Amino acid sequence: MKWVRKKLDQARKPFEPGQKLEKFAPAINAFDTFLYTPNHTTKKGAHIRDVVDLKRTMITVVFALIPALLFGMWNTGAQYLYQDMGLDNVTDVPFWDAFIEGAILVMPLILVSYIVGLTIEFIFAIYRGHEVNEGYLVTGLLIPMIFPVDIPLWMLAISVAFAVLIGKEAFGGTGMNILNPALTARAFAFFAYPLYMSGNAIWVHQGATDGISGETILGTLAQGKSVAYSFFDAAAGFIPGSVSETSTIAVLIGAAILILTKVGSWRIILSGFVGAAVMGLIFNAFGLNALMEFKWYMHLVVGGLSFGLVFMATDPVSAAQTMKGKWIYGFLCGFFGVMIRVFNPAYPEGIMLAILLMNVFAPTIDHYVIQANVNKRKKRLAKAKSNLQTA
Amino acid sequence: MSKDIRVRKGLDLKLKGEADKKIVTAPQSSIYAIKPADFHAVVPKLVLKEGASVKAGETVFYSKYDEKVKFAAPVSGTITEILRGAKRRILEVRITANGTNDAVNRGKVDPASASADQVRKLLLESGCWPFIIQRPYSIVANSEDTPKSIFISAYTTAPLAGDVEVILEDKKEAFQAGITALSKLTSGAVHLCVGKNSALKDIKDADIHKVKGPHPAGNVGVQIHKLDPVNMGDRVWTLGAEDVATIGNLFLTGEFKPERTIALVGTDAKEADRKYYRTIIGANVSSIVGTIDTDHTRIISGDVLTGDKLLSDQFLNYYKNTLTLIPEGNEYALLGWLPFTRNKVPSNAGTSFSRLLGGKRKVDTNLNGEERALVVTGEMEEVLPMDIYPLQLIKACMSGDIEKMENLGIYEVAPEDFALIDFTNTSKLEAQEVIRLGLDLMITEVG
Repeated sequence: MKWVRKKLDQARKPFEPGQKLEKFAPAINAFDTFLYTPNHTTKKGAHIRDVVDLKRTMITVVFALIPALLFGMWNTGAQYLYQDMGLDNVTDVPFWDAFIEGAILVMPLILVSYIVGLTIEFIFAIYRGHEVNEGYLVTGLLIPMIFPVDIPLWMLAISVAFAVLIGKEAFGGTGMNILNPALTARAFAFFAYPLYMSGNAIWVHQGATDGISGETILGTLAQGKSVAYSFFDAAAGFIPGSVSETSTIAVLIGAAILILTKVGSWRIILSGFVGAAVMGLIFNAFGLNALMEFKWYMHLVVGGLSFGLVFMATDPVSAAQTMKGKWIYGFLCGFFGVMIRVFNPAYPEGIMLAILLMNVFAPTIDHYVIQANVNKRKKRLAKAKSNLQTA
Repeated sequence: MSKDIRVRKGLDLKLKGEADKKIVTAPQSSIYAIKPADFHAVVPKLVLKEGASVKAGETVFYSKYDEKVKFAAPVSGTITEILRGAKRRILEVRITANGTNDAVNRGKVDPASASADQVRKLLLESGCWPFIIQRPYSIVANSEDTPKSIFISAYTTAPLAGDVEVILEDKKEAFQAGITALSKLTSGAVHLCVGKNSALKDIKDADIHKVKGPHPAGNVGVQIHKLDPVNMGDRVWTLGAEDVATIGNLFLTGEFKPERTIALVGTDAKEADRKYYRTIIGANVSSIVGTIDTDHTRIISGDVLTGDKLLSDQFLNYYKNTLTLIPEGNEYALLGWLPFTRNKVPSNAGTSFSRLLGGKRKVDTNLNGEERALVVTGEMEEVLPMDIYPLQLIKACMSGDIEKMENLGIYEVAPEDFALIDFTNTSKLEAQEVIRLGLDLMITEVG
């Protein structure tokens, strides 16, 4: 391995301060630090440091996404093949046939997302003179996972560019964005290319044969039809939908990884599911139409709710930052998610809009939580002053 | 009025390289130095010139903005060098010891019957005043102030730090005299925070509080926050425990004898050498550890979280009771970012098995990553046992928003309270530096 290090040191030379390519140092640094944690030592402050860094944290999220991604690949292939092959059941499709078919369909989306997004990130890092932040490793994988599989690649590329440029870099880059970049990409596509982002013909790959259908559960409900899938089908994820959002079980495996590693906030995830359940129960109590009658526990497993709550709502930059704030923020994400679903059938994917809405309100929630702390401090000061006067 | 404190948040770093709890006398250092940089925000005005001979306790310089605060020579000898840096700033006043240790005698005073003015005057004249650190701002106390309370921590939680109980083993009498003297200076009480089974629990003229919990429970900042929080306009004083004994000794003997007991710790110190050394403030590092190759070993005057980096011909920090030697970590780690690898490095994160594995760790100075944008939330709160929002306060300090800093509790914190945040935070943010700059801004804007 010393040989690799030597080669890297050689390759770095032209990028060092004072050399020709100094400006482009962030680019080579990104590769170097990917291979090796650098030999930097502490210069000030505490002399020893924790082993954790942003790379480790972000890679953990990528690991947590892998169950949902792999399942998504299989499901994408299976949803298409079982209709193409004329089988009765999604699970009848031979496993590897489905998985390979799905992988072939999904991989281009991931590649486009990473290439477009990382290119922009590198350009901005060089332009701004800071290191490349690792946040896009997660965003770049999230974006293809929440798009319909047949989205034209150029639309995906434009959505990614919009999310990274307007959603993130315009606000100052990683750590400064108000909206979750992955959801920004999806929302952009949703409003810019509605034909490709909603309807009943887009959730399953169309292939060469005509007549492949695949309406999402929420889409069916919005039209007032009854749902043909069981709770188990929906929880396991054998249903049409965006690439990787369908399996609540795979998402929950990811949630477990996030919670055990303390990377994702369990407060947001838990309160999010509670919020969705509460709203579902309220609607069930009234039960005025098919959507309102849709059982509260079904709300938790259909659509992108679980994926959104686990992987999008927990984005620490766009979520609430205080502990109390996280409870409120998560609860309202779930609560509004189900509410938008039910009240506005035109936007069945309510959770996306709910999280974006709550992203905007997160600083306000934090403001009030922190204000309580400030008021406590002011009260203490006032009390100390009045004590002084009476003394 | 004693109140027990139970701290739950925080992090005990269990490191290899503890000192044996045995005090030995360190070989006499030939040169001693006082470094104005140890007294944050003090601008020194020299009284003596190069070549002058001094006795221990004789004023060497005073503070330009508070002329009554005097800084005394720790030993008798000759001022051989005044080392200056950029803009002729004084870096070190070096005194070559003559070995006789003559001290200025200011006469014995019974602390119990002395008046407040008498105590104040003696502390200022003798050079003991700089031992008093004020909160807010964590600077040498103003000579005119009357604090609402005085805090002394005898509970040691910082990693590998010199244990106050050991240091005060044979200084209890002087410590008691110092406490009695200090109790005259406050309108409130002297608070002494001790651990379980402390030998100091029967000290008089002080409120004794039992503290339990992980680091930073031993920091005075946390204790003040729990017992008598600093409001805007308040002054609270803090002193190191050994310094209280030095003050007590002044009252008992009339002489300024600034002893410093140093715990030599860390894996780069030889095991046989790792014990407590009794020396005098400002001693040369080499008098304790000899010559050290600082390319591979870092010399830290203080603990690993808050100490100063030194070279082996430099001088001990005025206040610190610990001298740490740990290896420099200037090595690459292949794919070091992979979760659940490098579990030997201590960690508070969930992406390492370090906490589960337990046991004592050998540490080095590697940054274990690079500085990044502030992304992760909630991790700072885990190691700050105060009712304060650390991330928000840090951001307020960065943007220099004075009103926000005030509202979020800048008066209640010192850089050392944020040392664990330096250690644990994912973005490798220099929290202590940010807080120090924030406090400095408050000093200039509010005073």
